[in-house]
Amino acid sequence: MEFFERFAVPHPSPAIYASMVAIGLVMIALVVGLTYFKKWGYLWREWLTTVDHKRIGIMYLISALIMLFRGGVDAIMMRAQLSAPENTLLDSQHYNEIFTTHGIVMIMFMAMPFIFALMNIVIPLQIGARDVAFPRLNALSFWLFFMGAMLFNISFVIGGSPDAGWTSYFPLAGNEFSTSVGTNYYMIALQISGIGSLMTGINMITTVLRMRAPGMTLMKMPMFTWSSFIANVIIVFAFPVLTVALAMGTMDRLFGTQFFTMENGGMDMLWANLFWVWGHPEVYILILPAFGIYSEVISTFSRRNLYGYKSMVASMVVISLMSFLVWAHHFFTMGQGALTNSIFSITTMAIAVPTGVKIFNWLLTMWKGKIEFTTPMLYAVLFIPLFTLGGVTGVMLAMSAADYQYHNTMFLVAHFHNVIIPGVVFAMLAGLTYYWPKLFGFMLNEKIGKWTAWLLSIGFLLAFMPMYITGLDGQARRMYTYSEATGFGPLNMVSFVGSGIMAIGFALIVYNIYYSTRYASRDISSDPWDARTLEWATHNPVPEYNFAVLPEVKSSEALWDAKKKGHVLFKGKYEEIHMPNNSGAPFLMSVIFFIWGFALIFSLWIPAIIATLGIFAFMTHRSFEQDHGHHISVKEIEETETKMRGAK
Amino acid sequence: MKELFPAKQVIGFAFSLLLTVIALAVYFLDMPFAVGMTILLVTAFVQAGVQLKVFMHAGETEDKAAIYTNVYYGLIIALVTIFGTLLAMVWDM
Repeated sequence: MEFFERFAVPHPSPAIYASMVAIGLVMIALVVGLTYFKKWGYLWREWLTTVDHKRIGIMYLISALIMLFRGGVDAIMMRAQLSAPENTLLDSQHYNEIFTTHGIVMIMFMAMPFIFALMNIVIPLQIGARDVAFPRLNALSFWLFFMGAMLFNISFVIGGSPDAGWTSYFPLAGNEFSTSVGTNYYMIALQISGIGSLMTGINMITTVLRMRAPGMTLMKMPMFTWSSFIANVIIVFAFPVLTVALAMGTMDRLFGTQFFTMENGGMDMLWANLFWVWGHPEVYILILPAFGIYSEVISTFSRRNLYGYKSMVASMVVISLMSFLVWAHHFFTMGQGALTNSIFSITTMAIAVPTGVKIFNWLLTMWKGKIEFTTPMLYAVLFIPLFTLGGVTGVMLAMSAADYQYHNTMFLVAHFHNVIIPGVVFAMLAGLTYYWPKLFGFMLNEKIGKWTAWLLSIGFLLAFMPMYITGLDGQARRMYTYSEATGFGPLNMVSFVGSGIMAIGFALIVYNIYYSTRYASRDISSDPWDARTLEWATHNPVPEYNFAVLPEVKSSEALWDAKKKGHVLFKGKYEEIHMPNNSGAPFLMSVIFFIWGFALIFSLWIPAIIATLGIFAFMTHRSFEQDHGHHISVKEIEETETKMRGAK
Repeated sequence: MKELFPAKQVIGFAFSLLLTVIALAVYFLDMPFAVGMTILLVTAFVQAGVQLKVFMHAGETEDKAAIYTNVYYGLIIALVTIFGTLLAMVWDM
């Protein structure tokens, strides 16, 4: 029995037992459902083995939405616990686990897959390519992310969740103070999904550099592709730092090394340093593709070309470099001298300048435009003032002297939610609504969509504005309760109400998908938004090969100029198309990674060694495999094209 | 004959061996820590450059600009990270 004791949850509660039962029931329901409807073969052929960038994008999207709800439930529980002084809804350990998993799930398993979803779906279409540069690697990236996310999520019911905060600072995260396997889950699950992110970075950079349609020079790329390209450059340079830090942390916890300990020459602060060397560029990895989505949406629905294309690109290149120069502002109060803090204060304030340039570019794009308030545009218009508010408080936090007041308070929590929710989450929802017809051939309901946008905005303001005030008054973050004498009670209740309104907003997204799937018209054109860029020049939903004939491009708004100036996009006739083959290897290899991770987390060395050998076996097999892909014949293309056109 | 003889690679190989010998000398000769570390760092960076240019053929294709941009970008970020870390964690503590 002793062997099995390690898998028990250290601090069980009715909520955890309920989720155990829920997880068990969902898994049984999935197996029964797939068997009853005879969908196992379909699942394997069409999804698990696919290398198609659009399908991988859809899987990223679904995972991101599921994780949004997982993280959202965490958030609601936190706000409920804090809604009244001396509340006993959650005990401190449970609260610690929840704020830790909320942070990780939202950043790594919600925001990252959401941007990867849109990158996967949009980039190849926007540059007129048939797929990404390395389709199979792309599938491997997705499955590694997925297995990392699943591994992280089972921590809740097997062995206990990480509880040292999403930053997992040592020495708290070391064996001495975090005795459960929770932090092992953190280290290993992030490592696995981080490898996937790094691969996506390399894949997307190669795609953008090598696979653009004829005529599309770098400065004729649509803005979303540009912003994603820059984000991927940051991924490739920032993620290795996380990989190394996680490896060192893992070795500290599992093998007794002394990198981040406080004795034997270890340096606990080095973890915080390495974490933020990755962590700060990470926030720009998230926000740049979001900026790209806003650029597309604002330009489309203002019926104007994007104001200041070159300054947009330049500001992003500057951001990509400067994002690596500011990381120490996350630990101003750690004890380094005034010189260091001043340097990082100044770089932090300077990075607000290129971001400001972009805000003004969007405003000037809308200036004298014929603005049409569709749902994506509504998100974009709500984003500008709300995000600016977050940016301004960011500059406040950048002042290192003043930071001694803000540090570790709710003020900080309010600030980063203020940039991430209107910045990233609104952008992703705008992108979801905007590209939905591209993926599924029908549009999401506009009325429900606008309700969602407004509810999310109002809920957001109610939930986070009070935190600025309580934070300045000294309410510390990550404290599971507070006394009535502090007077934080009423404002925290407002926060709770706000988070409830946001929850309704998120529920409406799901309802909208359900409603539109049932009732929306399938009779839409290939260009329902009257858009400007290349991805709308092919059918909805997009055929496997994207473009029957590869487009030739003369401007950054290829489709708009084709519509208005008579540019001809598709010259020549159908030719045989060479496409990559599906493969089960990425999925199976990721399953082995999952087993490898699980074995390492619980120090089960024999299974860990066997799984490691399995991973190498897959890599060896791939090295010697002959796979030349398949060809789609001209006849098949003609049939598909006729069918797609007939549907209009 | 001249076209067939890979002069660049042979010189590169010899140079790379020389760099290894210099680095090895740090171990065998008795010198202060700072001097030894400087020699190791300089030879390591030159060695990496030689490998990239001569044996991994950076600069021989159309991608020349992209490859060198990438290398320099990486170099800048690595140096900034290292010196920034030293500043925050050691020098200004």
